[in-house]
Amino acid sequence: MNFPEDLKYSKEHEWVRVSGNIATIGISDYAQDQLGEIVFVELPDEGEEFEKDDAFGVVESVKSVNDIYAPLTGRIVEVNDPVVDSPEIVNEDPYAEGWLVKIEISDPKELGELMSAKDYEAYIKEESE
Amino acid sequence: MRYLPHTEQEIREMLKTVGVANIDALFSTVPDPLLFKRPLELPAALSEIHLRNHLRDLSRKNAHGEDWSQFLGGGCYSHYIPSSVSYLISRGEFLTAYTPYQPEVSQGTLQAIFEYQTMMAEILGLEVANASQYDGSTGTAEAIRLAVAVTKRHKALVARSLHPEYRQVILTYLKNEGVAVEELPFTPAGTIDRAALKKSLDEQTACVVAGYPNFFGVVEDLSDVAEAAHAAGALLITSTPEPLALGLFKSPGEMGADIAVAEGQSFGNAMSFGGPGLGVFACRKDYVRSMPGRLVGETVDAEGQRGFVLTLATREQHIRREKATSNICTNVALCALAATITLALWGKGGFKELSRMNYDRAEDLKEKLAAVPGVRIAFSGTTFNEFVLIPRQKPTDVVAKLIGDKILAGIPLWRWYPELAEGLLVCVTEMNTDEQIDRFVAALRRLS
Amino acid sequence: MSTGGRGFQFQEPLLFEVSREGREGFSLPASTKPRREPPAALRRLNDPRLPELSEPDVIRHFTRLSQWNFSIDTNFYPLGSCTMKHNPRVNEEVARYTGFAHVHPYQPDETVQGCLALMHALEQYLAEISGMDAVTLQPAAGAHGELTGLLLIRAHQTAKGNPRKKILIPDSAHGTNPATSSMVGYDVVQIKTGREGRTLASAIAAEMDEDVAGLMITNPNTLGLYETEIRDICDIVHSKGGLVYGDGANMNALLSKARPGDAGIDVLHFNLHKTFTTPHGGGGPGAGPVAVKKILEPYLPVPRVVQKENGFAVEYNRPQSVGRVKAFFGNFGMLVRAYTYIREMGPDGLKRVTELAVLNANYIRSRLKGSYHLPFEAGQMHEVVFSDKIQKESGVTTLDVAKRLMDYGFAPPTVYFPLVVFGAIMIEPTETESKETLDRFCDAMVSIAEEAKKDPDLLHKAPHQTKIRRLDEVKAARELKLRYDFKS
Repeated sequence: MNFPEDLKYSKEHEWVRVSGNIATIGISDYAQDQLGEIVFVELPDEGEEFEKDDAFGVVESVKSVNDIYAPLTGRIVEVNDPVVDSPEIVNEDPYAEGWLVKIEISDPKELGELMSAKDYEAYIKEESE
Repeated sequence: MRYLPHTEQEIREMLKTVGVANIDALFSTVPDPLLFKRPLELPAALSEIHLRNHLRDLSRKNAHGEDWSQFLGGGCYSHYIPSSVSYLISRGEFLTAYTPYQPEVSQGTLQAIFEYQTMMAEILGLEVANASQYDGSTGTAEAIRLAVAVTKRHKALVARSLHPEYRQVILTYLKNEGVAVEELPFTPAGTIDRAALKKSLDEQTACVVAGYPNFFGVVEDLSDVAEAAHAAGALLITSTPEPLALGLFKSPGEMGADIAVAEGQSFGNAMSFGGPGLGVFACRKDYVRSMPGRLVGETVDAEGQRGFVLTLATREQHIRREKATSNICTNVALCALAATITLALWGKGGFKELSRMNYDRAEDLKEKLAAVPGVRIAFSGTTFNEFVLIPRQKPTDVVAKLIGDKILAGIPLWRWYPELAEGLLVCVTEMNTDEQIDRFVAALRRLS
Repeated sequence: MSTGGRGFQFQEPLLFEVSREGREGFSLPASTKPRREPPAALRRLNDPRLPELSEPDVIRHFTRLSQWNFSIDTNFYPLGSCTMKHNPRVNEEVARYTGFAHVHPYQPDETVQGCLALMHALEQYLAEISGMDAVTLQPAAGAHGELTGLLLIRAHQTAKGNPRKKILIPDSAHGTNPATSSMVGYDVVQIKTGREGRTLASAIAAEMDEDVAGLMITNPNTLGLYETEIRDICDIVHSKGGLVYGDGANMNALLSKARPGDAGIDVLHFNLHKTFTTPHGGGGPGAGPVAVKKILEPYLPVPRVVQKENGFAVEYNRPQSVGRVKAFFGNFGMLVRAYTYIREMGPDGLKRVTELAVLNANYIRSRLKGSYHLPFEAGQMHEVVFSDKIQKESGVTTLDVAKRLMDYGFAPPTVYFPLVVFGAIMIEPTETESKETLDRFCDAMVSIAEEAKKDPDLLHKAPHQTKIRRLDEVKAARELKLRYDFKS
């Protein structure tokens, strides 16, 4: 399983890529693998605002539904429409083509609460035991 | 006991395998004070012969359609059920199967539901239909819940001419979900009061709910209601207690309905004192992920053969639990099957023909009754196979007096409509013979 | 290997694909009334594309479809929590008596005395069986009964001044419990199942406060275990002004042995299609009567059937009622079947039903112990839950086992439920299965456990013998085809 070093991770299995005050958000390779083949993705509208830990979207496989939680507080500035039409992209390429939303970060301090790739890997190892 | 196969010898062997001395030991985890120690106070067991006699006697205390002339509709209709329908739905493979969760061994039920979904979508003129709800009343309440979920608005405008028991169910379902229900009055034609509609429609309105035909049997073109609702950002929900009308009259989809519900009992299901019914539920494809109830979809198996499965299960309670679109678990698969078989037999031509026949016969009776001195028809609007009559005498008296003639004359409206206390809802179907119709007219003439 | 062969299993197209213009399958009398024309503006524009078929076409089509179904009539159907017992045919016959089937719900009371007498008696039987005081027969299914029951609890709490906010639900509960709570405006507080598979009174005490309207509890629970602390649990809930809802899905374990009402349950639904043999019909119709203690009786749905001097009557005027949950009187046809069953069994017969249902479950438990992992020790009632923990070592899952069972001619058990057991395999044999049938089933399960060790791939690709192989559910969900496409 692949956990790129340049990303930050949340306990709810989202990844975050920061560029200036914009954060790109997706779900981790581990999360997509656990879900199995994704059949549906629901994403918020541009302009919506979310607090950290709010559910902002949904990913579904045939037999399960998972909320996606905002790893950071912010406003949605862009939504990855192609994954809504072809949810399998999230399975195939979770860290690049399969990104979900971009947000404008309200509180950069929250970035400190996210995990590094190494810590995240340890976290999921612990969680799955 | 014929349903219990165990011999005493087998019971002993099984207890030995389990490792307990007797059957009571199997209940050792029930705390002693909670064990029930006396015999249940129930009537003693009956043999099949006595059972049938007993039930036959009970059933004979009811007046029924084979000996009596029933002129009763109001959401439950007497229609002919072809012999092959009862035969096919009695096949054990349909009758005693469970919900088709394991598709490899449930293709029969699944394909039949797929055919049912197609037929219902066609009849209602909408894109998708689900595998069914309990009945027309709960289906209508669920339709409003769907409209609330889709529009994120919390007001429903419900026609007063909608089936009064459906309106009661709507209130029961919605009272704890923060949805305001407002009533839309009816006009002297029996149609929705458009002026009142315009006044009530606003940016809080999730939906307008119209009976089609409504409880008075009146069929009205709802195209302008759909336009008005859409202009306000609301949905139009139609609720059809007698879908046989749709063989002749515009489909809900043709008028712009967004969600269409129907009571499908008319399609091959016996009246059975009002239940089970068949809640037909169709809507635009856009709402499918918020739709309540089961859905069957087409797919392929590992060898590429066509097959059917329950799909979009993630909307449902067994996966989404408290966030499910509804708590509904069951559909009424066997009633849906009866409808599918019936419609397959009627076919395109029979559906239209039967619809015509009901309309023609009701129009005939309506004319004859309107000609009886002192009797009039309450509403000027077009009706399908039932209409509201104002007899000369009190409706309850008319009903009581015709019992002696073995005529069930109609449904007095006073219980639900104080303003129509003089009204009697009269229904005619293909089951009412010419002779019954003539006797009914003669009886009313006698009471005039 | 027993059944499931492909022998006489035909390919059968959809009705719409075999339709031929001009064919008909109906028989109507000639029209004797003048043809009338409704206003053109109201006329349907496009006819529904219903198929055109002869009666033999239709009979053959549905007969073939029926042969692709597994059913109780075919073989053992050990679905946990579903109580797939034999459906007596006398029930079917009496429900179709003209005097029941062709009766209209709006006939005057004096013309439906048979229907009302049957309903009144059935209410009393169900009250006696459950140890409750009054029953409504209106709910159409178990989940509909739950909705009714929680509305009653809400009405009671509201009458006391505060509807309250929360409902407590053990994590082993059916999904309908939390879904129903939401519909009635309550938040759900999940209660963790104790280490021995039971709800602990201490866990309830920790969450119970004056914001909690009630507890929903299934007893025996979905692990097939009797909630031994039920009396204390009910006392704790009552002491803080809450009420206890009993999910009656598992009543087959209790008939004449232990009554929910005696344990402190205030409101309970029955599944007549489980315990009382009304057929499942491929997913319904069911019936979900609700029984209550006296305190809740004023709130029961309208109308009520009441006994008066001159016979039975339907009473509509009940000001405290929660209202109506369904049009008319409930699924009357199902009530006739359940009534017939209770009259056939009598008190001794019902007691025997439960005894043998529990014996059968314990027998399966004993025979499969060792081959499959048992997450909880002893105390099994009418069903038993295993897991795939042993099989997982060779990469075989519960789903594989379930699919492989079809090749042996058995319906799979309930799988992956309850959620508190990972890879759950939930088996409910019911009392109508003989020892030989249980032995054949257990032999098949043991044989599958062996196959799992030796040839996991055989199981991954199962079923092999069914009419159709494993279906692509992902494609079904992604490409949504919910109706026939007439253009193709």
